[in-house]
Amino acid sequence: MTGTGAPARRVSRRGLLTGGAMAAGGALAGAGTLAAVRPQGVRPDNPVPVAQVGSAVEPFHGARQSGVTTDPQAHAAFVAFTLRPGTDRAALGRMLRLLSDDAARLTQGRPALADTEPELSVLPARLTVTFGFGPGLYAAAGLDERRPASVAELPAFGIDRLQPRWSGGDLLLQICADDPLTVAHTQRVLVKDSRPFAVVRWVQQGFRRAAGAEPGRTQRNLFGQLDGTANPKPGAPADTAVWVTDGPDWLRDSTTLVVRRISMNLETWDLLGRSDRELAVGRRLDTGAPLTGRTEHDEPDFAALGPDGLTVIPDFSHLTRARVTDDRQKILRRPYNYDGVPTPEGNADSGLVFASYQADIARQFLPVQRRLAERDLLNEWTTPIGSAVFAVPPGCPEGGWIGRQLLG
Amino acid sequence: MPSTTTRRLPRTAALIGAAVLAASVTACGSSGTESTAPAASGSTSAAASAAAGVLTVRDPWVKAADKGMTAAFATLANDGDTDVTITGVSTDVSRAEIHEMAMTDGKMAMRQKQGGVVVAARSRAALEPGGDHLMLMDLTRPVRAGDQLDITLTFADGRTQTFTAVAKPFTGAQETYAPGHGASPAS
Repeated sequence: MTGTGAPARRVSRRGLLTGGAMAAGGALAGAGTLAAVRPQGVRPDNPVPVAQVGSAVEPFHGARQSGVTTDPQAHAAFVAFTLRPGTDRAALGRMLRLLSDDAARLTQGRPALADTEPELSVLPARLTVTFGFGPGLYAAAGLDERRPASVAELPAFGIDRLQPRWSGGDLLLQICADDPLTVAHTQRVLVKDSRPFAVVRWVQQGFRRAAGAEPGRTQRNLFGQLDGTANPKPGAPADTAVWVTDGPDWLRDSTTLVVRRISMNLETWDLLGRSDRELAVGRRLDTGAPLTGRTEHDEPDFAALGPDGLTVIPDFSHLTRARVTDDRQKILRRPYNYDGVPTPEGNADSGLVFASYQADIARQFLPVQRRLAERDLLNEWTTPIGSAVFAVPPGCPEGGWIGRQLLG
Repeated sequence: MPSTTTRRLPRTAALIGAAVLAASVTACGSSGTESTAPAASGSTSAAASAAAGVLTVRDPWVKAADKGMTAAFATLANDGDTDVTITGVSTDVSRAEIHEMAMTDGKMAMRQKQGGVVVAARSRAALEPGGDHLMLMDLTRPVRAGDQLDITLTFADGRTQTFTAVAKPFTGAQETYAPGHGASPAS
């Protein structure tokens, strides 16, 4: 169970030493380390001290999956798979049992079963592994009638330039941690255990500021903008936006995930002056405040007029077009930046791994997306090049596995 | 962390072991002697709970394989006051043997372990790739990744204990296997 900012626990120093020693010696995987010495939680509004970043722990077991309302970690890998032809309902059960066990161990700072590099597993750094089911998984399991209606390929938008190499997927693993080595090892373990059942379709890696560098601050994208100011507030508002609260047990406590790869054209963005950049978004670049306000979370005044008689916040600004006030209609953005290798001429390959969680894609994501696709000045400098949708099933109790309510 | 650290921290390790098996009476300390009692009544009841058996079986797994041979691994803890000797192993997908790795003609090779595996009182034995392991010979059906396989140990005194191992795709420990005998990476 992971309410927003659920307190991260820590792997104790003693537990860590013994756990590592055990793993290396093959003697004992330190299974009970955390249960034995459950340390005091670290308060989310009281950021994890740098010295403890590596040993901080997020829960894996619970009614809802972690990695959704969890305070976003610094690093992420979104790994999408295509199921092999023979992977049916029973095989999916075997696959998800293995992957859930891996995630349960690694997130708690314990080596996976048959972990070939157990030394890389002892610093979880708030590792979460979040499972998403694409439309193809329901079809492979013969359970299409259980697929949430809104979990379907998104309609084509005029702004899209989608590439197959960044789109679709039957299964998604969102791997997030405050340490990139932890993310890499976790990805390696999970990919290895997936091989009998699925092939890797795409991987999108992303990053934010380092853990603790800017505590509590909205993330900044590579345009320099604060990104996520309008998110529902942690706690009840975010829960309202994200979680499905009724229905059969494979839907209750589930959510949905949209992953879009948004290429950001830093070359044309460079041509803009600072005030034009701010007009495009409707916010100040430094504070993130609306152009009519002083601080980031000030309410925008869309009616305010400037000396030229035009609205201070332009109608075509991102702020205006994306504006939603009802939590039930909001999406929870949980994006990561990506930054590839520039061309020989120095042109950037940069952008955003846009990830949003919402209870219902049709009710929450699509209306905003339609308004933005139709008219948002930012479209001038951004291009969606990948798109995928997933159901994020409920969590699992200890000894259980993700997807059991659906497939078991 | 070198394994020597384990030995320097035996008390801590025992404490952690206790936490792992919070639901079991076999953990450690003075209650340890009770742990062997329930297992003598035959394999059926022993199978009901590995934790109530002769040994405490931790993190058991088997290498997935389509055919031929494969191997199973676990950490075995003897929390009792007397040594325990494993003399036999069986599964319902193959006959099985206890194997060890040893130098033969200057080469590491696998062979049946004479006298079985001894787990000394109040200590652990690791069955792991590259070391002692349970060898499953001539599989009669595939052991697929994610399968749960029942494995029964027989002890020198005639008692048995069954535990369940999950099958993992695993490509390592190739030196354990004779090439061409179906020990290729799991599929």
